[in-house]
Amino acid sequence: MTASVTAPGTRASARESVVPAEDATPDPGAVNRTDWPARWRSRAIRITSVIAAVLAWQLLTANGVRLWLRFDTLPTVTEIVAAYSEQLRTDLFYLDLGQSLIRIVSGFGLATVAGVAVGIALGRSRLFADTVGPLAELARPIPAIAIVPVAILLFPSDEAGIVFITFIAAFFPIMVSTRHAVRALPTIWEDSVRTLGGSRWDVLGRVVLPGILPGLFGGLSVGIGVAWICVISAEMISGRLGVGYRTWQAYTIVDYPGVFVGMITIGILGFSTSAAVELLGRRVTRWLPRGENTR
Amino acid sequence: MTTATSEEKVTAGMSLALDDVTLSYTGTPVVRSLSLTALPGEILVLTGPSGCGKSTVLRALAGLLAPDSGHILADGAAVTITSRDRAVVFQDNALLPWRTVRSNIELALALRGQPRSGRRRDAERWIEEVGLAGFADFLPKNLSGGMRQRVQLARGLAGAPRAVMMDEPFGALDTQTRATMQRLLVETWRTHPTTVVFVTHDVDEAVLLGDRVAVLGRAGAPLRTIVDVPRPRDRDALDHPDTRAARAKVLAALGHPSVGPTNTPEN
Repeated sequence: MTASVTAPGTRASARESVVPAEDATPDPGAVNRTDWPARWRSRAIRITSVIAAVLAWQLLTANGVRLWLRFDTLPTVTEIVAAYSEQLRTDLFYLDLGQSLIRIVSGFGLATVAGVAVGIALGRSRLFADTVGPLAELARPIPAIAIVPVAILLFPSDEAGIVFITFIAAFFPIMVSTRHAVRALPTIWEDSVRTLGGSRWDVLGRVVLPGILPGLFGGLSVGIGVAWICVISAEMISGRLGVGYRTWQAYTIVDYPGVFVGMITIGILGFSTSAAVELLGRRVTRWLPRGENTR
Repeated sequence: MTTATSEEKVTAGMSLALDDVTLSYTGTPVVRSLSLTALPGEILVLTGPSGCGKSTVLRALAGLLAPDSGHILADGAAVTITSRDRAVVFQDNALLPWRTVRSNIELALALRGQPRSGRRRDAERWIEEVGLAGFADFLPKNLSGGMRQRVQLARGLAGAPRAVMMDEPFGALDTQTRATMQRLLVETWRTHPTTVVFVTHDVDEAVLLGDRVAVLGRAGAPLRTIVDVPRPRDRDALDHPDTRAARAKVLAALGHPSVGPTNTPEN
């Protein structure tokens, strides 16, 4: 917890004099300034924690430790690093990377558009909720990965099937979070836009879409996570290219350092896309009162 | 009860009429068989015991709530939906929190159909007019309650409505800020004349602002009285015997359901 809550009226700024006889405005720039030593301390701890884990890995594998768990079968850190730097020099690595990224971007992108559209319709239209709602609720508990056989049968190409799996995986969390956010919108915003002469479309574009962003980004964060799980799994089952396919391929040809290269690549991809979603989410919801990011 | 105010020459305001209107949200009516008229350009204050349906009446006049029975008329035409001719100033937190002060006001101008080019300049003028110069780029969360209500006032009037419903707009403000805002409201209303229907539970505010003060009965009960304020919006006349008499009438109507003349048909 940081001391970010400024009691109203205590922080009298120079601007206040413009409007006489009113309570002071908290200066937005002065809020939430963590002290520097604490920040550096926590950074140092984080880095040390990661280094310690890597070091432990190296010690366990290089010494062939067998404590029920058979670390001697796994590649050492140095082997993995060597394999990784070798792969970074091949075209295939980037081809796989690009293919996986194309799949996740198209699947997740489609899921965002469809999830927001369906979520808004479910939240605002009784008729739509009655017709589509039950179908969505029935389909939702089925794990996207269990749809792989259907996707293989349904789509003429593997590529479309994988994108479809990714789409299904991300669609539900996005749709559900959108529906909740729409239902939680204060009616006063809609009332005020309507009494200013706004149409239904104005309400949609100027109240609903911006208003659901905080809730929506919760769904996007979850969605991007499960989308990665599913794109990798689908690639392992039916891919011709892609990080997941390459990782499984490495396992079948007994290239264990290669397996770890794949795993680490997946980790980095997942981490950076989640971080991008998170960052974007924070940028577009700056208007939220600090300290209460769920509304 | 037909004479409008003589002190202001008013042409822009519209007349609003409730004709035997019954209003409810779910089940039992909050307002039953109410007939009430706001004359063009006047400030009509609605007051009454809490839960009497003052805000409900306002929502109905704005077109946000359809009546169960009876007619709501704006300049003689039936009110069925919301219109920018009938703006609303809400109590609080009605500004779009992701829009800055300027952008909230620009929205009102945009919804009124004003081309993009003139919006910024007009918004700037409104910001100036309600005393918020220098705060144009502030988000609502960084403004005080009084300042947010200034923005709401500007936003409500920027669309050039012909009637404005105000739902206890100063109810959440401290006494001093409230007095400042009352003065600002009167000034702004004089420069941009419209019909105002103003809901408050504060008797002093009612008598200070209103040409007439309508006292509603408890939920479902008939209108208690309508009091003419002899010298509206004249702070110097607050101690005048006539003003005090009007204030006493409002108080009496609030306190005792049977006191005071009633101009609704008794049943």
